[in-house]
Amino acid sequence: MQTLTQRLANPTRFMELSARLLPWISAGAVVLLAYGLYLAFFASPADYQQGETVRIMYIHVPCAWLSMMVYALIALSSFGLLVFRHPLADVSAKAAAPLGAAFTFLALLTGSLWGKPMWGTYWVWDARLTSVLILFFLYLGLIALRSALEDESAASKLTAILALVGVTILPIIKFSVDWWNTLHQPSTDFTSTVDPSMRLPLLVMAIAFTLLFFAMHLKAMRNEILRRRVKALRTQAVAGRDRLAAHGAE
Amino acid sequence: MKSFWALLHRDVTLAIREGGAIGTALGFFLVVVSLMPLGLGPDLNLLSRIAAGILWIALLLAALLSLNRIFEADHEDGTLDVLATGPLPLELVTAAKSLAHWVTTGIPLAIMAPVLGILLNLDLAAYPILVATTLVGTPAVSFLGAIGAALTMKTRRGGLLLALIVLPLYVPTLIFGISAVSAGAGPTGLAASFLILAAISLVTIVLGPLAAAAALKVHLQ
Repeated sequence: MQTLTQRLANPTRFMELSARLLPWISAGAVVLLAYGLYLAFFASPADYQQGETVRIMYIHVPCAWLSMMVYALIALSSFGLLVFRHPLADVSAKAAAPLGAAFTFLALLTGSLWGKPMWGTYWVWDARLTSVLILFFLYLGLIALRSALEDESAASKLTAILALVGVTILPIIKFSVDWWNTLHQPSTDFTSTVDPSMRLPLLVMAIAFTLLFFAMHLKAMRNEILRRRVKALRTQAVAGRDRLAAHGAE
Repeated sequence: MKSFWALLHRDVTLAIREGGAIGTALGFFLVVVSLMPLGLGPDLNLLSRIAAGILWIALLLAALLSLNRIFEADHEDGTLDVLATGPLPLELVTAAKSLAHWVTTGIPLAIMAPVLGILLNLDLAAYPILVATTLVGTPAVSFLGAIGAALTMKTRRGGLLLALIVLPLYVPTLIFGISAVSAGAGPTGLAASFLILAAISLVTIVLGPLAAAAALKVHLQ
């Protein structure tokens, strides 16, 4: 593992490897997504209680799972940046933040669309909902902090610090929200046993969404590396032109 | 350790002699709390039920407004660079400055909270609990806030960004602060949330200065 991350520290090698992997991951995501959507919408039964709305779950659960996995990935990347100064860690953290925010938003959105027919309201201050909402705010904080700082190297380190602070606070938030909720209303049982006919589409969709995320994440990382190269080339070109101009003046 | 106390003493003295800072936070606290009944209607039963929540939220907002002065002034006049190169580790510098913020903002706000409770028809029995929980909870407000202040020190529109970063981190403090005061939960529920609030404060007192110092080091490079 260590050797793999060390070898990937070279951006050129990463570009080569990711260029080879990306088509496979993207194709896998597309195929599984198509299969999963078919299973979710046509090949799985409607719930005896929830009716057709149960199909929202096949989108909702993978998004919710990714919202947490992506934050873990950002925290891991931030740790890699601050401790090992891994050059790709920052690229990974930067590329993952908007994706994580998007999946968190989708989880909230699909959840609230499901909540309207099921609970009779779009939003409940339930423990789960509240802690995911706060996770969404943490993502927004990461994106906002990075965009507010001009110096890119300082921005990446400061964002990494914030991500690590967030990861220590997240369990406390989760725990506090759960605890606070039990005072007011019993929490909804999300973890009821799932029937096999629904478990398969859910599993396929979860894998498809994870592949989709990694495809987008790799692509975003490649874009970020290319953007940095272009920027470096521009700076070089400007410096070169200035030198030429200085020569000409002599 | 001597320079730690000297720095703490200096910051507290500065805040008191400047005057404006503490007064503004208290004034803001008063205004926000008195706006609430205007918005919600003067129903005393309703107000007494949500008094703890209003007081805690207004307290957080008032503290939030004063956070950016923890490092900003010292950064602008170069004091921070001197402190960073001085004998005191940067972690202790940030600890002293967070502590100073607590002494000059957290404690005054905590003392002010029960006075404003009168405006909201807060239950008399809740007064000592309110003072105790705000005193125990506000260190977390200052020490978490110092992280945000350090992170956003050099940004433009820093105030809004600071709010976006810090307010989600305040959620546990808010929840346990409120559940302690409005505990119809009985003495065990009260003790539990009070102890957890104390635990949160202690954790942030340890971790806050480390994170804030790490952020300052990035800025001062």
